[in-house]
Amino acid sequence: MSKSQHIAIIGNGISGVTLARHIRKADSNAQITLISGESKYFFSRTALMYIYMGHMKYENTQPYEPWFWEKNRIDLKEAWVETVDYSTKDLIFANGEKLRFDKLVLAVGSKPNKFGWPGQDLKGVQGLYSKQDLELMEENTKDQFDRAVIVGGGLIGIEMAEMLAYRNIPVTFLVREEGFWTNVLPKEESDLVGRHIREHHIDLRLSSELDEILSDESGRVRAVKTKAGEEIACQFVGLTAGVSPNVQFLKGSELEVNRGIKVNEFFETNIPDVYAIGDCAEFQTPPAADRRNLEQVWYTGRMHGETLAQTLTGKRTSYRPGHWFNSAKFLDIEYQTYGTVPSSWDTEKVDSFYWEHRNGKVCFRMLMDKEGRFLGVNNFGFRLRHEFFDKALTQKWTGAKVIKNLDKANFDPEFFAPYHQLIQDQFLNDYGGDFAVAKSSFIQKLFGAKL
Amino acid sequence: MSIIQKIGLGLFLIGMAIFISMPFIGTYTLSEDQVISGTKDIHQDKMAEILAPMYGVEYGSNFSFLSAFNDHFSSYNDALKDQGAWDQVIWDDYGFPLAMSALESPIKSQPWLFLGLTIGLAVLGGLMFIFPQYRGEPEGIKNNGIFHSSATSRGFIGIATGTFLISFYVLLYWYPAYLANHVWMVNPVSLILSGNPASQWFLYGFIYTIAIAVMGFRMFRKYRGNKYQILRTSSVIFFQTAFAFLIPEILVLLNQPYFDFKNIWPLDYDFFYSYNLDTLVSSGGFGLFMLMWGILLIIIGVPTFTYFFGKRWYCSWVCGCGGLAETVGDPYRQLSDKSLKAWKYERVIIHSVLVLAVVMTALTLANYFSSFELLGNVTNQLHAFYGFGIGAAFSGVVGTGFYPFMGNRVWCRFGCPLAAYLGMVQKFKSRFRITTNGGQCISCGNCSTYCEMGIDVRWYAQRGQNIVRSSCVGCGVCSAVCPRGVLKLENGSEENRINDMPIIIGNDSIKVNA
Repeated sequence: MSKSQHIAIIGNGISGVTLARHIRKADSNAQITLISGESKYFFSRTALMYIYMGHMKYENTQPYEPWFWEKNRIDLKEAWVETVDYSTKDLIFANGEKLRFDKLVLAVGSKPNKFGWPGQDLKGVQGLYSKQDLELMEENTKDQFDRAVIVGGGLIGIEMAEMLAYRNIPVTFLVREEGFWTNVLPKEESDLVGRHIREHHIDLRLSSELDEILSDESGRVRAVKTKAGEEIACQFVGLTAGVSPNVQFLKGSELEVNRGIKVNEFFETNIPDVYAIGDCAEFQTPPAADRRNLEQVWYTGRMHGETLAQTLTGKRTSYRPGHWFNSAKFLDIEYQTYGTVPSSWDTEKVDSFYWEHRNGKVCFRMLMDKEGRFLGVNNFGFRLRHEFFDKALTQKWTGAKVIKNLDKANFDPEFFAPYHQLIQDQFLNDYGGDFAVAKSSFIQKLFGAKL
Repeated sequence: MSIIQKIGLGLFLIGMAIFISMPFIGTYTLSEDQVISGTKDIHQDKMAEILAPMYGVEYGSNFSFLSAFNDHFSSYNDALKDQGAWDQVIWDDYGFPLAMSALESPIKSQPWLFLGLTIGLAVLGGLMFIFPQYRGEPEGIKNNGIFHSSATSRGFIGIATGTFLISFYVLLYWYPAYLANHVWMVNPVSLILSGNPASQWFLYGFIYTIAIAVMGFRMFRKYRGNKYQILRTSSVIFFQTAFAFLIPEILVLLNQPYFDFKNIWPLDYDFFYSYNLDTLVSSGGFGLFMLMWGILLIIIGVPTFTYFFGKRWYCSWVCGCGGLAETVGDPYRQLSDKSLKAWKYERVIIHSVLVLAVVMTALTLANYFSSFELLGNVTNQLHAFYGFGIGAAFSGVVGTGFYPFMGNRVWCRFGCPLAAYLGMVQKFKSRFRITTNGGQCISCGNCSTYCEMGIDVRWYAQRGQNIVRSSCVGCGVCSAVCPRGVLKLENGSEENRINDMPIIIGNDSIKVNA
């Protein structure tokens, strides 16, 4: 552990901040500078929508009070980095200022995808990723107007739709695929979310692709045209067709950049003492069989930070993610997933058990291999316990054992309907088994929500 | 806003306007008979003499009446004080009973009518506003616009609401004579329930109970689909209506001591005052039962229930202060201060109040059992100080009046000595915790923002740690507003209740020594 190495981290999102915290935990000497032009203080990007909807103020989205950084001697620098001089180990800021580093970590995140659509840079057309994007969206939607169009059916798209609905702005939601988020969700889950989107009076258009965005005289969007030739009048367009690494300013140097910054399993780039983590890092080989080269999720960003901190404090550690998990909320319906549940699977090799409540808003899917071994779950509209599934995956439980113990996996608040009973019941019907449906307590029967 | 809601809001505002204008209605004419019947035997002659110049004079407002009363009364008392004749000074406040009897007003002659025009209209309007909320929308908790609304983000409406509440409490505790019309208005209700005329405390209890019920219906709408919130709200409405309001009044009707079976010392700070002990002891078997019940709740009930369920069993399911905070106060929960600094103040202040309550009670009992030889009158001074400073100013004026400024649990968080006691049990010997769901937290901040106790829930959740805090009242709203299913209020094994997760679940890169 070097006495006083200066570690500069560009980007104060979850990856950079987790890294800084964990370096400080293990090394009380290192000089740590956390650099961001977006905001001085770390805030939760995932909460931007709640600021717009009045659930929270911007300050509420900051996980740490200002004293935290001082106390942990993490220097905050609010500035945009323009270029990096890798030979002299200098960061050059937009205002010409320089900062010398011993080690550099690039945690620069993503930017919304723009696929070269005509009109994609018109006024009133934007993505939503950064604090500045949110401010722009406030500005773009401050006057009441007739319609907004959202292009791209993923997590940010549905968030944007919810935000606009809060302002009573009618929304048309263009999704290129046949269902919502079908690159991640199996058909039934995608349909469930689609129904819920429509239940919220959002005009969901599946199999609809953007062709071009049309301008009025002032250079502001007036309509979009779909590939089918339909023109939809609108005053705002949200581009939410995914994100890609925010690496434009790093291109054209000796740093190896493809879609993201190329790294090995130690987050090392091709330049010594320069690392990349989070959304912007592109692995040379995926970290696990069910993983991709780019990991653009909150949780993986956090894990990258935890792991690289080990290396930077003297314990060179490779990235070995555990069992996959994720979560989201689609309007009112919560979603969690543990293990591997892709949008489609080889039915020769994988068995799918699917249960859906008759209300069409709660569902559960479990995948098993042909030996009955548990592979993963999706759950919508109710909550399941992370620790339970992590253990089931590590100990290679069978699907039957998971279902048998499903009452212990329930993470819904007390008195909520015990959906696990219906799931167990259907599993016993479909597959048989040597267990009985879990019983409710007397109090639960008396006061709890009914199935 | 639908048309029904607009009408409802209008009716509510009309009801409030009449309610607020009531102190300015009516005239006051005092007679000797009223003075005789409204004063204690020992003061009757003197008071009749002091106030003689007022007899038969019609005062056009409570201001002129009370100022005349105070002039005569004070000049008598001040003269005695100047002479040092302390034993002859009249310490009782007769302003309120005499204002009550001297009052002539349409409200006094038509109480039911005005009850309908004020509280009736406000309740009707409130319900008309509440019931159509979220109609046609799918189930799901929405805090839409909370920080864009003037009422719930310390804007003008919030300040006006706070000012109204503070003014009401100041009048109630220290200037009840100005509420004579209000007390007359609820008098027939009191006569029905207990057979006794209403006091300002009956007025308070009546409004308090109705406010909890109406705003409880708001909770049913807002948190529809969340059974925990629905049950918890039903519970506080039930305990307020039955235990705090109706049963004590009915006990009085049955010639039993006024007793709230769910109020627990040291929140119920006068439980061990001599007059209460004397009343209970002299009320036969039932009085003794009440005494034993109260003591058992303190020494057995609190630790046992808190061990199994956490302090929520009381604070957010049973308690009256909690009941008001969880219903009337729910729109203000996001205004609590989450800073570390606030937590430091909280710990110092709430435990100081607990120490004060315990010391005061210990001295009171020592004095009581030594037949007042130990400290004589000193405990009365102590009671007066505590009653003024803690009982009235802190729990009432600040505790409720500051809802729109500092959130709905100011008293519970910074002041309540019972909460401090429950909190110690919850922290050190309880099965209750808020479990964090592995690594699912995204640090969004909804949990911390909507924690009425100002707990920075996210601080723990984002580290994968369970939340074990003495102040948590278990309202369950952090869990309800979490968008990723991260938080669950649970009672479980004490083992691993407090957990440390240096590396959060889901990352196998680093092996942490267990």
